[in-house]
Amino acid sequence: MSFPKHLASSTGSAVAIAALVFAAGTWVLPPWLAFLLTLAFAKGLVVLGVVIQMRAGLVSFGQALFYCIGGYIVGLASQSLGISDAFALLALATGAGILMALACGWLLTRYREIFFAMLTLALSMILYGALVKSSALGSTDGFNVAAPSFLGWTPQGDAQKQALYLLSVAVAAAVAIGIHRFMVSSLGRVIEAVRENELRVEYLGLSPRAVLFSNYVVAAGISALGGGLTALASGHIDPDMAVWTTSGEFVFIAILGGTGHVFAPFIGAIVFSVIRTFAIQEAPHFWQMTLGVVLLALILFLPKGLWSLIARDKPAEVAT
Amino acid sequence: MTTLIAILLDGAIYASWLFLVAAGLTIIYGVMRVLNMAHGSFYAIGAYAAAATVGWFFSGEHGNPYLSYLLLVGCALLAGVILGVVIEQGLLRFLMGRDEILMVIVTYALLLILEDATKLIWGVDPYFAYQPYRLLGISDIGDILRFANYDLALIAVAVFIGLAAWFVLNRTNKGRLLRAVIHDREIAIAMGVNVNAMFAATFVIGAVLGALAGALTAPAISVTPGIGVEVIVLAFAVVVVGGLGSIGGAAAGAVLVGLSRSFAVHIAPEIELFVIYGVMFLVLAFRPQGLFGQTLARRI
Repeated sequence: MSFPKHLASSTGSAVAIAALVFAAGTWVLPPWLAFLLTLAFAKGLVVLGVVIQMRAGLVSFGQALFYCIGGYIVGLASQSLGISDAFALLALATGAGILMALACGWLLTRYREIFFAMLTLALSMILYGALVKSSALGSTDGFNVAAPSFLGWTPQGDAQKQALYLLSVAVAAAVAIGIHRFMVSSLGRVIEAVRENELRVEYLGLSPRAVLFSNYVVAAGISALGGGLTALASGHIDPDMAVWTTSGEFVFIAILGGTGHVFAPFIGAIVFSVIRTFAIQEAPHFWQMTLGVVLLALILFLPKGLWSLIARDKPAEVAT
Repeated sequence: MTTLIAILLDGAIYASWLFLVAAGLTIIYGVMRVLNMAHGSFYAIGAYAAAATVGWFFSGEHGNPYLSYLLLVGCALLAGVILGVVIEQGLLRFLMGRDEILMVIVTYALLLILEDATKLIWGVDPYFAYQPYRLLGISDIGDILRFANYDLALIAVAVFIGLAAWFVLNRTNKGRLLRAVIHDREIAIAMGVNVNAMFAATFVIGAVLGALAGALTAPAISVTPGIGVEVIVLAFAVVVVGGLGSIGGAAAGAVLVGLSRSFAVHIAPEIELFVIYGVMFLVLAFRPQGLFGQTLARRI
């Protein structure tokens, strides 16, 4: 079945419009909200990595591995190598994530279901264990990341924050369009087929492992990119980026948004960040409990996530 | 030589602790196919209940101090039974038969809820219940090695629980039925085994074991928020190494992980955490089903 072209392009223009609206917000939004959105977009990228694996039926409880690698690579490259350009730093972070995925992917693609979840978790905890004990990298405290420059331009004060916000909007939009293309490509469609029935995909002459491997590497790349962006925006990194509860948070956001569309993880991340900001102020001891109750409610009553509320009237787009 | 004895004893103590924590997790998985993340919370709640009760017990004249050991076990039983019954009957019962990975996420939600519930009940300040730990005194082994008898007693408790589990599973009628359910749920149902009752009983037993592990650990640590989250990933490592769902596997996994960690602590302390997950990773890389797990045929 060939995919209707107009839907693919409509998502592309929708992303572009959303990106422009958010970009225009640079001069309207209060600084705290712009900062919150910057981090939410970065988080959305990591969650997108979780989501494209969920489309293959794999739940990664260790996506924080790449989130943390991205963050630490940005921190290290800026501190030790003296690279200050944001684009170069993000490229390095993405590259490092992809390299790591190429190294682990051959092993991980042999596993499904809970074994995949456990093994990804183990990998991220190995990194956590190593970082916590490495005093050169600041052990449990981590270290600060210097403010980046943008192609030779080094903004100060508010301009710095605005530039980072714009950067996160641009990166998120570019990745969203790219991943959307990926999801509707023939490879992206086979990924869903692998989830439905792996053995039959094999009978069709395709290698599910090769498909899952490419998917895993793509997911790792964007998650590392999200980690790098987080490091730049927050100006600080620590080993908690790799701990398994961070991965759990990404899984939560993925389920919150749903896997139906490339927008979903970003919507999930924004809703999550806004609610968390208020919840931590108002009732810090109820925050995790709220998360848990919402997660249970989602699984029981809204298994396709928030996106299914938006897409309910347009079943044609749910498939994209 | 002294170092070797220290390593082996430390390893044995740590392995016993790991086994206590992992036993409930692996039993629940074996029977119900639920990898229960909330097991960490059972551990934490057991620890809090025990620490709070023992703290109260020693705060005044409440009788023979040795009664505190009974209190530890009593708290674990009570906490485990309440948690197990409420969660199994109130939630999991309605979700049985769903994807294994979905159940991981459901129990993750439970973990989040129980973590905050623990903070709401017992607050965020640490609890200390060191008296039962001190009460047993210290043994000198060789010239320089000193081990707390409480830790050594933990080894005996772990061995006892392991043997008890083996006996129940292999030598009693209920245990044989349970093994039938583990082996093939559908055939067991067809043969008239009341699988739902089995599930309920298993979950309560698993929860009690989790709470018991917490209660027995409480005197040796300061009970603070977050211990459940730390413990659950260790327990995962152990059961995954041994093969999910097998008691013998949990024991083997505990020994392997316990000894590896104790070697790391004595020889290269900076790689302690690294080693635990490294072992898990290596075992999974070469034997995905764990040391004692069975390979399953692929479904079409």
